[in-house]
Amino acid sequence: MTTYYTKDHEWIRVEGDTGTVGITAYAAGQLGDVVYVELPESGAKIAKGDGFAVVESVKAASDVYAPISGSVVEANTGLSDAPEKVNEAAEGDAWFVRIKIADTGELDGLMDEAAYTAYCEGL
Amino acid sequence: MAEASTDTLKRTPLYASHVKMGGKLVPFAGYEMPVQFEGVMAEHLWTRENAGLFDVSHMGPCFLTLEAGIGGGDAAHAEIAALIETLVPSDIASLKPGQARLTVLLNEDGGILDDLIITRPIGDEAQGTLYIVVNGAMKEQDWGIFEKALAGKAVLTRADDRILFALQGPKAVDVMADFFPGCEALKFMQHMPFEMNGQRCIVSRCGYTGEDGFEVLIPAEAGLPLIEEMYTDERVKPIGLGARDSLRLESGLCLYGHDLAPDISPIEADLGWVIQKRRREAGDFPGAARILKEIKEGPARKRVGIRPLERAPAREGTEIQVGGETVGTITSGGFGPSVDGPVAMGYIAAAHAAPGTKIDLIVRGKARPAEVAALPFVPQNYKR
Repeated sequence: MTTYYTKDHEWIRVEGDTGTVGITAYAAGQLGDVVYVELPESGAKIAKGDGFAVVESVKAASDVYAPISGSVVEANTGLSDAPEKVNEAAEGDAWFVRIKIADTGELDGLMDEAAYTAYCEGL
Repeated sequence: MAEASTDTLKRTPLYASHVKMGGKLVPFAGYEMPVQFEGVMAEHLWTRENAGLFDVSHMGPCFLTLEAGIGGGDAAHAEIAALIETLVPSDIASLKPGQARLTVLLNEDGGILDDLIITRPIGDEAQGTLYIVVNGAMKEQDWGIFEKALAGKAVLTRADDRILFALQGPKAVDVMADFFPGCEALKFMQHMPFEMNGQRCIVSRCGYTGEDGFEVLIPAEAGLPLIEEMYTDERVKPIGLGARDSLRLESGLCLYGHDLAPDISPIEADLGWVIQKRRREAGDFPGAARILKEIKEGPARKRVGIRPLERAPAREGTEIQVGGETVGTITSGGFGPSVDGPVAMGYIAAAHAAPGTKIDLIVRGKARPAEVAALPFVPQNYKR
């Protein structure tokens, strides 16, 4: 099980050909209080780099970009009633979707945890 | 509202204080301003329950004074009031000493160039000047208009090098009374002068959160130690622009450049109450023909409150539809922490403006149910 990160502050935890995707704690901290999360439905096809979800804080709406292409196996519907979980457990319980990965080769360009930590420190 | 690049941004006298208090600074109206400290939600709720301190020094406090100077009692006030009344539709002449009034600066078409507060000073010897606070993003425009229109008759003195701060919330009055004894006797939209740390300052009972509270104009050298001491009071916390926006939106208050603009009249904006009877009868203000017609016949569109019925907030620019047809646009929208749900304001065709009217909001291409709602979303707690 390996976790990868994007420059847009999403994470993807990969087990076999399934990836669990969310936004990082750094992103949640930047957004502030999350009040609404809009997720795709199961079965939706998503393409790497496309906005597939929306997260809204008191102040603004932000797109969440797909770290990888694939189809949505499950969306974390619990977030619709408890969007504040994104601030409490961004990289744990507040995952957004599980994806069946189309091409694991797309993971090559993503950062590992050490690289992502260094990236955030440079921001 | 144009945002300048960071290297041209100005700082208020409270900049170092914001940094020390952990503020997250962003460009706003040409200044580096704190958008939040501990978080918008917590700051919003704190202000509704306790006392929140807002730096609004980026705004445009100024004095407009007769060329001949101050003094001369009521006659001098009548003279300066007549001058400013050529630009605004409110009755400034009838202000009592110490009283303030919200008004709008109008263009020749009756559109709103800014909203502002005009205050008449206390004391015969002080008459002939007005204390005016305009919006930060509009101050250069407004002051240019004042100077051009009133050249040779009145002199403008900028006061935006001072600290202007607001203390808002139900506990604001008790905190303020500790520092400015006697200010608790003021009612909403009244002011009095004080001396603090050897400097003259102006304390007004007003604000823009819907809560009871005060605004204080004070020179930086006297204001900095005052605010530092206020922060040691456990009832007081610093509040950023994020919560200022959600507080005013819940309270149904307009933000210039969003809910008010040069093509919008005060009648469309549901601000007809700023035009008092004498001015309506005289019809002697810019754009009077349009405004009086809208008062008589009703405006074609109107500012209303809007409650999305699902959880998704609808932001500024969101299209409003009824039966698939566009009937309006949202001008301010977000999440209301005290309402615990999404809230918005916008302009809608008069036929659909009644509270309770079902409408659709087009958010990310999808129609979402909402209804027109009475403003404010939370009760205003002004000290009347």
